[in-house]
Amino acid sequence: MTDLRAVGAPPRLEWLVSTVAKVHNETRRARTLVLDVPLWPGHRAGQHVDVRLVAEDGYQAQRSYSIASPPESPSLELTVERLDDGEVSPYLCDVLRVGDGLEIRGPIGGYFVWDVAQGGPLFLVAGGSGIVPLMAMMRHYAAAPNELRADVPVRLLYSARTLDDVIYRDELEMGSRVDARVSLALTRDAPAGWGGYRRRIDRAMLEEVGWPPNESPRVFVCGPTPLVESVANLLVEIGHVPSRIRTERFGPTG
Amino acid sequence: MQTEEMRLDGNAAGGMLREVFALEVTAALARCAGCGSVAPMGTLLEYGHGMGVVLRCPTCDTAVVRMTHTPGWVRLDASGIAFLMIPETPTPAAQV
Repeated sequence: MTDLRAVGAPPRLEWLVSTVAKVHNETRRARTLVLDVPLWPGHRAGQHVDVRLVAEDGYQAQRSYSIASPPESPSLELTVERLDDGEVSPYLCDVLRVGDGLEIRGPIGGYFVWDVAQGGPLFLVAGGSGIVPLMAMMRHYAAAPNELRADVPVRLLYSARTLDDVIYRDELEMGSRVDARVSLALTRDAPAGWGGYRRRIDRAMLEEVGWPPNESPRVFVCGPTPLVESVANLLVEIGHVPSRIRTERFGPTG
Repeated sequence: MQTEEMRLDGNAAGGMLREVFALEVTAALARCAGCGSVAPMGTLLEYGHGMGVVLRCPTCDTAVVRMTHTPGWVRLDASGIAFLMIPETPTPAAQV
C-alpha cells in the first residue's frame, strides 16, 4: 500500500486558516500576500490554492489563486490582481491587513506543474497576472543547484499592457543572472526608447523567442483564456507537439 | 462578458474535485465517453456557474463531469468518463 502522506498528498483537502504576515504592492492592481500557514504540506511550482471568504450572513465566495513562491520558500505567497467588479480580489487587495486570517485550501493541481528535475528546455509564456505560477517556476529554477540549471535553459515571454503593469518587474530584470532569458511584449503603451516588443504575442514572436520544435521544449502558457488559446494554437501551427504544451486559463472573475 | 472568457480548464476545478476524489486528479487521464479521446483532467474545459462546474471534452464538447453543491449535498455526474487512470504518486504524467 502506498502511504499517501509520504508523497505529500493528504487524504482529504482541508480548509486551513493562514495568517497574513506581509503584503506588498507589485503594480497598481496587483498585490502579493505573504501567508503563514500552519501545517502547510509544501507545494510544487505551478500549483494553486482556493481562497474562501465567508460573510457574517454566511454567504461564501471562493476563488483560485496561483502560488507565486517556489517550493523552497518557507512562506506561501499569492499574488492577486484586483478586478474592480470582483467579489474576492478587491477584499484581498484593499482590505486585508497584516495579522488578518485567511482561509485557504491546497496545494491543488498536478497537471500545470514543473520541477527542475523534469528538465527542459523550458519556454514560459505569460499574459498579465498569468505570470504568477510561471514566476514560481522561475524562482524554483533560480533556487536549483548550478549543475541542474546548466542543462535546463529557460526563456520567458511575458505580455502586459504597459511597463507599469509588469508584475515582478525588478526581479525579472535580474533573470539573466540565472541564465533565464526574459522578453517583454507591451500591448498598449511603451516608454520612449522601449527596446522590447510593442504588440500582442503573435506567431513571429513565438518563433523568435521560443525554441524550435525539434528541440522539444516544455511549454507552459498562462493568462486570460483568449491569449492562452491563441498562443497554444500558434505553437501547434509552428510544429510543437500538443502534449508538450501545458496551459492554464485565468478567468475574469475575481 | 464573452462566452470564451468564461471558459477555464479542469485544473481550476482541482480543489472542488478533491472534495470527492481521494487523490489529485487534474493529472489523471480520462477517456471521454462521447468520442473516446484521452486527456488529462486538467485539460478539460471548465464552465463554472453559481452552484458548481461542468467539465467538457475539448475534442467533442461532451459534458465529462458535472459537479454541483446543493444544501447538504455534493452531486457528481461523471457519466462522461469512460475510464479514469489516476497516478498514485505526484504527476508521472508530467514526466512524459
